[in-house]
Amino acid sequence: MNEALLRSLTPSVLGILVRRGADFAAAEDAVQDALVEAVRVWPTGPTPSSRSGSGGEDPIRDPKGWLVTVAWRKFLDATRADAARRRREDLVDEEPAPGPAPAVDDTLQLYFLCAHPSLTPSSAVALTLRAVGGLTTRQIAQAYLVPEATMAQRISRAKRMVSGVRFDQPGDVATVLRVLYLVFNEGYSGDVDLAAEAIRLTRQLAAAIDHPEVAGLLALMLLHHARRAARTAPDGSLVPLAEQDRGRWDTESIAEGVEILQAALARDRLGEFQAQAAIAALHADAPTAEETDWTQIVEWYDELARLTDSPVVRLNRAVAVGEADGPRAGLAALASLDESSARSRTGTSRGCPVPRRAAVAAYLHERDGDLATAARLYAEAAREATNLAERDHLTRQAARLNARRRR
Amino acid sequence: MAKYLLLKHYRGAPAPVNDVPMDQWTPEEISAHVQYMNDFAARLEKTGEFVDGQALAPEGMFVRYDGEGRPPVTDGPFAETKDLIAGWMVIDVDSYERAVELAGELSAAPGAGGKPIHEWLEVRPFLAAHPTVTE
Repeated sequence: MNEALLRSLTPSVLGILVRRGADFAAAEDAVQDALVEAVRVWPTGPTPSSRSGSGGEDPIRDPKGWLVTVAWRKFLDATRADAARRRREDLVDEEPAPGPAPAVDDTLQLYFLCAHPSLTPSSAVALTLRAVGGLTTRQIAQAYLVPEATMAQRISRAKRMVSGVRFDQPGDVATVLRVLYLVFNEGYSGDVDLAAEAIRLTRQLAAAIDHPEVAGLLALMLLHHARRAARTAPDGSLVPLAEQDRGRWDTESIAEGVEILQAALARDRLGEFQAQAAIAALHADAPTAEETDWTQIVEWYDELARLTDSPVVRLNRAVAVGEADGPRAGLAALASLDESSARSRTGTSRGCPVPRRAAVAAYLHERDGDLATAARLYAEAAREATNLAERDHLTRQAARLNARRRR
Repeated sequence: MAKYLLLKHYRGAPAPVNDVPMDQWTPEEISAHVQYMNDFAARLEKTGEFVDGQALAPEGMFVRYDGEGRPPVTDGPFAETKDLIAGWMVIDVDSYERAVELAGELSAAPGAGGKPIHEWLEVRPFLAAHPTVTE
């Protein structure tokens, strides 16, 4: 029994059921049932087993065909019981016998369906992980640290939301990419590594669709993921980029990311994921932190700012400017960011400071030699931090400077 | 997605608008209040936003390490303390705005006279355990 194989087959099996006329929500349930059945009856070793009598096909020779057969039967069992029985049975008559699985792959449509704009981001993520990723509700619930019943409801709600959506509608690639990036950023908890899962799904998407931004996102994920082992110390604390042990970076992942990125950039249809990946690649390229090509990174941030006009991007640009042209220049870039965000922040009741702004300001002041201001800003940044590792890191920075000032 | 803690206080929060102690309500009003909160939790489970909820007894104690084998227990620090937590609910929602909206709804639980209590709820975001990829 190969769980990775099962999960990789999930979207195409689901797609086939929907193509045959099954309602998406019912089809999705049926595929989950078939996966459970497969786990139960598929032989565990490499040799065929006599126990595999459940489907019409040999699971060894044709795992996909086996899954389609079993899922279709589960779907029929379920729908026969309800009011739609007549219609469903008529439908079966019209359908070709569930033989070898058709070559047409509906994976792409599933991605679009699961990232439908009518869904909230969290629903889209949950539905994608289940329908495209083949994860069980329990695994998804564990990854998000919510009760299984809550996640089951979130998924069935999402399924109801999209059940009326036509399967052939072209979707919005940008929405799909955003959902995949959300999955990637959730990181790791429970028994499923969501970052690895996001990479797997993005690979699958990249194989199904020729789009430079899909390639850009895949490259970005690979480049970030390559640094993961070096990003945290054994005690779980954050290790900043400049202090990371570059020997622990996954060079194979970096090489693959760079290659994918270069092919995408050659298409000359720049998007924000390609630009972000280019920045990540420049970091990954430097043998030491000191050899980082900050001038080129600033240029890519300029591109990124043009594409997104996000205050976070301009904040990161200020960091890069600080490295390329010195802390004073970085602080000047930060000041211009403050002016423009003050202008755009009219009428909101809740003053919305740019996340990590204080941390960046603290770092630049420290490099400029103003330790008192830097310590105060690090403490302020720690209070604003939204995750534990970052808050602890910033608190340590403030404590380090305060200790130095007392000496 | 972010998790928020909705904290209910016995004491410590500003006084609610409909400020009648629970033991002055009718039994039906208490039942209606409990029912409202159960329905609220059930609804959040359906939307996929419920994580956990518990009520706390007002009794409790403070304990601290005080040398080998004898942790001292002081009963009722509550005479001095300004704050006392009655219970909590943890929600997992898409946005800050949604957390505020739900807290507002929970605060409308009925009290004396069947009228909403307008209770103040403390809303606290959880610190996520995992760093994002941003460096």
